[in-house]
Amino acid sequence: MPGPTRGFLGRSRPARDPRLPPGQYDVGADWPVLTAEPTPRISPETWSITVAGKVENPTTWDWAGVHALPASEYRGDIHCVTTWSKFDTRFAGVSLDSLWDVARPTTEGAFVMATSKSGYTTNLPIEDLVGGKAWLVWEFDGQPLSIEHGGPVRLLVPHLYFWKSAKWVTKLDVLKRDQQGFWERNGYHDRGDPWRQQRYQGDA
Amino acid sequence: MTVGPWTTATIAGLKRPIARSVQLRLDVADRVDHLPGQHYVVRLTAEDGYTAQRSYSVASAPSDPLVELFVERLDDGEVSTYLADVAEPGDTLEVRGPIGGWFAWDGETPALLVGGGTGVVPLVAMVRHAVATDRLDLLRVAVSARTLAELPYADELLAAGAVVVLTREAHGVRPPARLTAVDLLPLWEEGQTAFVCGSSGFAESASQLLVGMGFAPSAVRVERFGPSAA
Repeated sequence: MPGPTRGFLGRSRPARDPRLPPGQYDVGADWPVLTAEPTPRISPETWSITVAGKVENPTTWDWAGVHALPASEYRGDIHCVTTWSKFDTRFAGVSLDSLWDVARPTTEGAFVMATSKSGYTTNLPIEDLVGGKAWLVWEFDGQPLSIEHGGPVRLLVPHLYFWKSAKWVTKLDVLKRDQQGFWERNGYHDRGDPWRQQRYQGDA
Repeated sequence: MTVGPWTTATIAGLKRPIARSVQLRLDVADRVDHLPGQHYVVRLTAEDGYTAQRSYSVASAPSDPLVELFVERLDDGEVSTYLADVAEPGDTLEVRGPIGGWFAWDGETPALLVGGGTGVVPLVAMVRHAVATDRLDLLRVAVSARTLAELPYADELLAAGAVVVLTREAHGVRPPARLTAVDLLPLWEEGQTAFVCGSSGFAESASQLLVGMGFAPSAVRVERFGPSAA
């Protein structure tokens, strides 16, 4: 680490919130919108999610189909690579475990490529999407998830930087080998753990 | 595409050409040339080791020996207030970049650039690169600001033939108005990639205008900043 920046004091920080990963700040009540493509128009009636690839039972669920799965909620924090974090969010949907229980990834399946209706993609190790760590969500704070925040349904992987939580998700491909998604091809990290500041390709 | 490590940048020049903003000219150690449209991260460190970092688009062309950042001063902006109010020529900053392979113009294919407010900054890098390589023919530009005095790099944008839309004052014969499809249609040409940059609200409406005109969504690249409109 180099020395301090001359004259930089920073925000008052009597007690830095321990929920804040390094290099992040608390965005408060706001929720910035960051997307790289025009916002698509998707209605719940035409939306579906497909789990395919290295699975025993490739399956597609429509809007009613995912709602028939056991409801699950996430309450906690989210972290964007652009350095904002948002505390105490509340998302509702289903745990991805409910989808895995049906589709049953094979022992070869080690990575997942999530694809959105917009064509956006992001890659994740499958371990990050099992065991109650990832969700498909359609409600935020008790309201339907708005289109600019990825509605009707987005992926939620809150322990990783938020670009991994693909908006408008429509497909999960289970892969044997890792492939890079949209931001990962463009310089961002393959895993994206905020506590290790895995922001860019090359970060340890 | 890997992003290099943190490096040191010395502030070689600092100007405040328009209100509530600062233009920094940085001499970056071990610099890697950027593509027009890419950004840098600036990291500030306090005496106790506390750090804050933010991303800023590059305004300069790759051929410029310095990296120019144009930073809007946000009242509650921890990094932008430091850069606008405290930083001085000769100071050193920690920077990392260039970053981003998506919102980047290759310099060889036609592009439609649409920017709002300080969202014009990465587009200025594209215009400057086109001027430096004598390929301004590839670019069509439309920009929007509240007033001409609040439009960063207004002179250079006008000289490059940009359509300028002002929302709070008349511009020539044009009364104050928002950007519309009528502004963008004459700029639309076959084979263009669109680069849209601005506040979340501007980027959303401008990208929807393009899609509504018939522009393929896959050919529209968007960079947003700032809070959501909600």
